Amino acid sequence: MIFSGFEELIRASEAEGDELWHYILRSDAKEKGITDEESLALMQHMWEAMKEASADYDGERRSASGLSGGNGRKMQDYARDCVSGAFLGEVMAQAISMAESNACMRRIVAAPTAGSCGVLPAVLIPYSRKYQVPDRKVLEALYITAGLGGVIAERASIAGAEGGCQAEIGAASGMAAAALTYLRGGTGQQIADAAALALKGLLGLVCDPVAGLVEVPCVKRNVIGAVNAITSSDMAMAGIRSFIPIDQVIDAMGEIGRNMSSMYRETGAGGLAVTPAAQQVKL
Amino acid sequence: MNIFDILGPVMVGPSSSHTAGAVKIGYVSRELLGEKPVEAEINLHGSFAMTGKGHGTDRALVAGILGMQPDDIRIPESFETAREQGLKFTIGAVQLKEAHPNSVQLKLKGEEGRVLEIIASSLGGGRISIVEIDGISTNFSGDYPTLIVHNLDQPGHVAEVTSMLAHKSVNIATLNLYRNMRGGYAVMVIETDQRVPADAIRWLAHLEGVIKVTYLDKESAV
Repeated sequence: MIFSGFEELIRASEAEGDELWHYILRSDAKEKGITDEESLALMQHMWEAMKEASADYDGERRSASGLSGGNGRKMQDYARDCVSGAFLGEVMAQAISMAESNACMRRIVAAPTAGSCGVLPAVLIPYSRKYQVPDRKVLEALYITAGLGGVIAERASIAGAEGGCQAEIGAASGMAAAALTYLRGGTGQQIADAAALALKGLLGLVCDPVAGLVEVPCVKRNVIGAVNAITSSDMAMAGIRSFIPIDQVIDAMGEIGRNMSSMYRETGAGGLAVTPAAQQVKL
Repeated sequence: MNIFDILGPVMVGPSSSHTAGAVKIGYVSRELLGEKPVEAEINLHGSFAMTGKGHGTDRALVAGILGMQPDDIRIPESFETAREQGLKFTIGAVQLKEAHPNSVQLKLKGEEGRVLEIIASSLGGGRISIVEIDGISTNFSGDYPTLIVHNLDQPGHVAEVTSMLAHKSVNIATLNLYRNMRGGYAVMVIETDQRVPADAIRWLAHLEGVIKVTYLDKESAV
């Protein structure tokens, strides 16, 4: 299924008198030849897997390289004292925990990638718990997030090796902002604006992993992806518009990715990966 | 692009290309071998060789060869599982010509003595391509039931295979033909929308001029 533009998706769903999430579900289910119920069961499986992955976190685990582990628990223990508030503390802890579980070869849900797997659950799990959002509503939000991700994959990229970290943490942040704004009752326009604001905030972010591993700086970058999604959603809910429409932001992201030096596209040849501290990492 | 490729897959970390894709390569290779593997020579190329250990690429490939899927939580312990299940394996490095950075060469031997040599690449997001089987270039994803027929390059083999598929009501999704030289050794790779019945595969394997039939059995991709 190819979604060529997010604004087009919003317009097409409105023209058919369908809800955006359901329009995305229908388009995808039709392509696959499955029913609405079968599609919803697949999405439920993704959501359950995210919650299971979150519950599975263990602060004692360390990655094979020894670079990752334990910080999710530190953040969780400190969450109540965060100057940004306990809710954001919880979000930060969740983002680090999930990304650490990934580094430790535990089961996660790539969203859209494994390296950015902490962003979406870090927003959705604490929010749905705090506001007692029913599972069904979260599934609807996940369709919107997947529809937006499909547009990003089509017009730009969701691979660090192609577009840098903006294509992973950036894309995840835009997707999480869209999902959250939907859960908060935002309009189609507000969902699009939240996603645009989140993506713009992370444009140009490079992929420069130490020793080529999905650990430093990836694990902690999941935090900025999640927090940026929340602040972007807040701006959109306050009525702040993105001056650049979402699809044009995605096109800019694609252009930046294409022109990014290969040093900054998951090769470990530039940026943080070549700092003296990184060079000391021996595998 | 499938929306469950955007949101998903459910997988064991840390990398969709270096871990999930590697499991899938191992799994598809096992299926293509068509019997329980007892020996595996694994040679890593490019980024797989350079960062494979930190990403668990080696353990992921062995897990796949043992029949595990990318979401199997036993992947990190696959070396130990291989020992328990009697799979002997070696892991080395190789420089392949003009290969994708995330590529691997696998040489498998099964319990009945079947052998298979494969080169496969992990393209990102867990998607893979089998780029060579037994020395013949190919390009298929392992997302569909896939029938691979090795035959002498002579008239009529494509007709035999395709009319058999028509007879069994199996629709062809893609069909590609390869050969090493005119009148030499040829391979056809057919991805299908339905599964190919086992009796039809046995029938094919006994046709004159057909050297080997390999089949990847799976539900068609949703």
